[in-house]
Amino acid sequence: MPDASIVWQQVRRSLAIARKDIRIYYSKGPVIIFGILFPVFLFLAFTIGRDLAADFMIPGLLGMILFFTATSISPIVVPWEAQARTLERLMSCPVWFGTIIMGDILASFIFGIVISLVPIIIGLALGVTISSPVILAVAVILAALCFAALGNIFSVPPTNLPATVNMIASVVKFPVVFISGVFIPLSDLPAWGQAIAYISPLTYFTDIARYSMQGEAHLPVYVDLLVMFVFTVVFLTTALMLHRRTMPRRI
Amino acid sequence: MIGSELNQNFIIDVAGLTKRYGQLLAVDGVSFKVRKGEFFGFLGPNGAGKTTTVRMLTGVIKADAGNALIMGFRSGSLKAKQMTGVIPETANAYGDLSAWDNMMLMAKLYGVPSGEAKKRSSDYLQALGLLERSGSMVRTYSKGMKQRLVLAMALISDPEVLFLDEPTSGLDVQSARLMKDMLRSLNDKGKTIFLTTHNMDEASQLCDRVAIINKGKIVAIDAPERLRMAISGRNSIEVSFSDGVNLDALKQLQGVNTVKKVGDRYRLYTDNPGELVTKLSEYSCAAGVKIVSLNTLTPSLEDAFVALTEKGDEHA
Repeated sequence: MPDASIVWQQVRRSLAIARKDIRIYYSKGPVIIFGILFPVFLFLAFTIGRDLAADFMIPGLLGMILFFTATSISPIVVPWEAQARTLERLMSCPVWFGTIIMGDILASFIFGIVISLVPIIIGLALGVTISSPVILAVAVILAALCFAALGNIFSVPPTNLPATVNMIASVVKFPVVFISGVFIPLSDLPAWGQAIAYISPLTYFTDIARYSMQGEAHLPVYVDLLVMFVFTVVFLTTALMLHRRTMPRRI
Repeated sequence: MIGSELNQNFIIDVAGLTKRYGQLLAVDGVSFKVRKGEFFGFLGPNGAGKTTTVRMLTGVIKADAGNALIMGFRSGSLKAKQMTGVIPETANAYGDLSAWDNMMLMAKLYGVPSGEAKKRSSDYLQALGLLERSGSMVRTYSKGMKQRLVLAMALISDPEVLFLDEPTSGLDVQSARLMKDMLRSLNDKGKTIFLTTHNMDEASQLCDRVAIINKGKIVAIDAPERLRMAISGRNSIEVSFSDGVNLDALKQLQGVNTVKKVGDRYRLYTDNPGELVTKLSEYSCAAGVKIVSLNTLTPSLEDAFVALTEKGDEHA
């Protein structure tokens, strides 16, 4: 078991990696396109011309924006670094393997949280009331971490082409949005639809967002939080385990 | 602790290091030691296992067998990496950051205090001719500037050991010279340097000792001069004639082992250079051509390298 000073040292180095990712990757085309423009257009396509209440639309928009933004950076950093020939340099630094992966996840996590403020502010401007701001804040933080870790798993296949990774990510991300109660509340789904929805981590966040803004949820809030926590632990562990195996094959 | 078992004179201690990629045995039980303050060259043809060895020593990949200690710490451990500066093969700095920000990032990853990091960055960027453009994005740099920056980044932590994998490959003369001067100066200050290179002149000029690796195995380790002298039958005469001559006729001369055409000259390898000079003089008279220049050459490190790697190939 490493001592606390070493762990703290690695946390600081992980933050340095996250800061580097933020400066380099936030303005990259695929991040803007897949992280911001896609979910906005998708949402507009669903809502324009329909008479939907703001407190129904905003939780869905928040869920989708958070899901897309938090999964937009973590998949591309490792392949991008390998392609740009900066990965080996990073791997030879005095950092644990997990320090690098957590730095990449943190950059995506922060991006998700910052951008998720936009739909919340839009909602407030449209008169939506957030009845449980603390629960919503906890859920946003947990979901951003969960989605960022999921995004990181998309880049496990040792390809150094970010476009290939984005393709893999899209194959997973789009179906997830449609089965997670973003466009149709869980309670309106048939039983088989609900059964599918339960395998998506986004379902639980959307449920909490609806609870915070509409005052009612399909599942108890503690169940939503607990399941998101379990998903987060599983995704983080999986990302670390699988990248440990494939990262040396990228150089 | 492993470090306490180490003879402190050896900064790098490698024993039986092995790496396999599927059926390919890339590094086959490599063992060597590098002394503190030594400039150690690691030579070998393409695909010999040089980069794989360096990657195991710098902790980027794991060995399948054997072990390597850096200053007494297992290679790849945080402590070993902390004491090491690395220039990987074809490494880049971050193109979307300035040179200064690249330096600061490395300082943070090595835990160098901010004040010290700024001072060292300023000093090294100045010494490598990059300080004036340190605020520019690295993507606007030439290849030589980028490689000099990568060297500066490797030095930010003031490492005891430097691993450099082909650091001057493809560089312009000025950048290569700047880097070599910097490496000499660092070595003079007591830093241990592990240099992988294809460039035999570079190895002869810089290294105290070289190891030659071929097909994953070390075939020789010694001082460049001793390796050179150990190659028997590799003395040669380099001669140029006023007109073209028949290569086969030169091969037929008594005492000639092999003949190579080098530009407009011919290099004749022999065990007895004195006798061959006489034969060449007789040949030029008989063939009706004049000798324009004639030099006797002792084996170069390149000759030693070729002889040793060819010997390895024959035994394979």
